Amino acid sequence: MSEVLVLIDAVDGKVSKPSLELLTIARAIGAPSAVVFGDADTATLSGYGAEKIYTYADQAFQDFLVAPKAEALAALIAEKSPAAVLVPSSAEGKEIAARAALKSGSGLITDAVEVAVDGGNITTTQSVFAGSYTVAAKVTKGAPVIAVKPNSVAPVEAAGAGAVEAVSFEVSDAAKGAKIVTSEPKAASGRPELAEAAIVVSGGRGTGGDFSEVEGLADALGAAVGASRAAVDSGWISHTFQVGQTGKTVSPQLYIAAGISGAIQHRAGMQTSKTIVAINKDEEAPLFELVDFGVVGDLKTVLPQATVEINKRKG
Amino acid sequence: MTKIVVAVKYVPDATADRTFESDNTVDRENVDGLLSELDEYAVEQALQVVEAGDGEVTVLTVGPDDAADAVRKALQMGADAGVHVVDDAIAGSDAFATSLVLAKAIEKLDYDLVFFGMASTDAGMGVVPTLVAERLGLPAVTYASEVTVNGDTVSIRRDGDAASQTIEATGKVVVSVTDQTGEARYPSFKGIMAAKKKNVDEWSLADLGIDASEVGLDNAWTGVESNSPRPPRAAGEIVTDEGDGGLKLVEFLAGKKFV
Ligand SMILES: Cc1cc2nc3c(=O)[nH]c(=O)nc-3n(C[C@H](O)[C@H](O)[C@H](O)COP(=O)(O)OP(=O)(O)OC[C@H]3O[C@@H](n4cnc5c(N)ncnc54)[C@H](O)[C@@H]3O)c2cc1C
Repeated sequence: MSEVLVLIDAVDGKVSKPSLELLTIARAIGAPSAVVFGDADTATLSGYGAEKIYTYADQAFQDFLVAPKAEALAALIAEKSPAAVLVPSSAEGKEIAARAALKSGSGLITDAVEVAVDGGNITTTQSVFAGSYTVAAKVTKGAPVIAVKPNSVAPVEAAGAGAVEAVSFEVSDAAKGAKIVTSEPKAASGRPELAEAAIVVSGGRGTGGDFSEVEGLADALGAAVGASRAAVDSGWISHTFQVGQTGKTVSPQLYIAAGISGAIQHRAGMQTSKTIVAINKDEEAPLFELVDFGVVGDLKTVLPQATVEINKRKG
Repeated sequence: MTKIVVAVKYVPDATADRTFESDNTVDRENVDGLLSELDEYAVEQALQVVEAGDGEVTVLTVGPDDAADAVRKALQMGADAGVHVVDDAIAGSDAFATSLVLAKAIEKLDYDLVFFGMASTDAGMGVVPTLVAERLGLPAVTYASEVTVNGDTVSIRRDGDAASQTIEATGKVVVSVTDQTGEARYPSFKGIMAAKKKNVDEWSLADLGIDASEVGLDNAWTGVESNSPRPPRAAGEIVTDEGDGGLKLVEFLAGKKFV
């Protein structure tokens, strides 16, 4: 079976959920080989089917933006001729993928929300034009390099050999151009990751700057907190929480929007959610066109009432 | 003297009903186009760098005849000159071919820095800045929420998920900026008048030494097989809060097993 290279994303050794999803997809194509820059828990990787684990230790991979990783990945592609290369569709993942694909003469697909495998044929699905269309695409040249969005599949465990191979790779000086000089880790919110969460509760300008009702409902539901750009631009909440065209694209089981009007750029980030709920004072708010359930009312009273009721039912 | 090239894209208006042509390429005929809003931020940042010292901003686009509108808008905002690469063979190009055309055009210009928006508002892959840097062999500092140019060093702040970072590069550098960099200016009346006298060069593939077999839909490394509009969502239930809106919401959520 041919190899499928899977670029692993890990923080302090902890493998991200999207990486486990990629390993799950890879198994349908061939034998997954995890590609790890820095540290990642190898037991987790083999537990999700990694047959091989290529590790790269050079500090340059951590000190500079994408170029060193792209260089190393391209060299690995040239050496292994994989059936496909899967990367997380994050800002970094897409840049690594694009550069490695260009160097390898391989076609690139980003933002895939589905990867279908039929024999040797790989077809991806992407959601485009703010989620109003889906397209099916194929790579027509080289080993397909595919950047896959979080939540595209549920990660499934499967034992793999997990043979670790430390790769020594000399990073070129040309790749050491964009130096990370300071890095301040963000404090963990204690809530699920926005892009990976099953439930998201978002607040907009209608919160008036107080996110406590939004956070209260999110915590009662075990949800991630999101926001519109208006709320971010007002300085009420960090950009990390922005949902939409220039923030995160989320596709949870349940998306609850409170005090958000539903501009096209916001819809772009949440339109593919399975169930959509909106709470808005204005019955004409465009977001009501998308909802499965809507409450015309003041979020300052509706959200706390719902929160109390949910907590009561949980007992 | 800092010479900045800002690469911009002419895109279909995101607030209109965007669709596809029969060959699965983006319909650029029946929907009004404009300068991608995300590229306005790049024009703005380039203008601010030049205004803080001394320099020149050249705006560059690759696209059909109408794409000249995008260049014009950037000139109205204050850019000094424009370049429009236009050639029928370019239609349907993928990100790799587009980055080739941009890189060749940039090489022909006298420049210190290259600015991009973070992504286009149509295809939106967000990889063209990094690909152009790869082709030019230059460092790329991307997704900047703040840009500072100091001598020949560019420093950006990137507001990432896991960390907030400062990233630096020196010499010729490719920069991409997000919509967090600050509002882009509107063209003033004076700017609009001045833009009429500014020079826009039109270049073809031949001017850049690129063969038609290197670009266009038929030479793309990826193919779109089909497209389909998202099925309309079934009309939902909307209730007006009469003191029990929160309870009704929980009833709905419980019915769907979220509670
Ligand atoms: C290039 C570009 C990129 C963009 N990217 C994004 C993006 O990624 N994400 C994004 O969200 N936006 C984005 N935008 C901005 C977008 O166009 C809208 O401006 C933004 O989404 C509006 O946020 P909002 O819905 O919170 O605010 P508003 O549109 O002002 O809506 C506020 C809503 O709250 C309701 N309300 C007020 N008070 C209450 C109350 N007490 N209870 C209940 N409801 C109340 C109002 O009726 C109103 O509907 C982008 C714009 C551009 C041009």
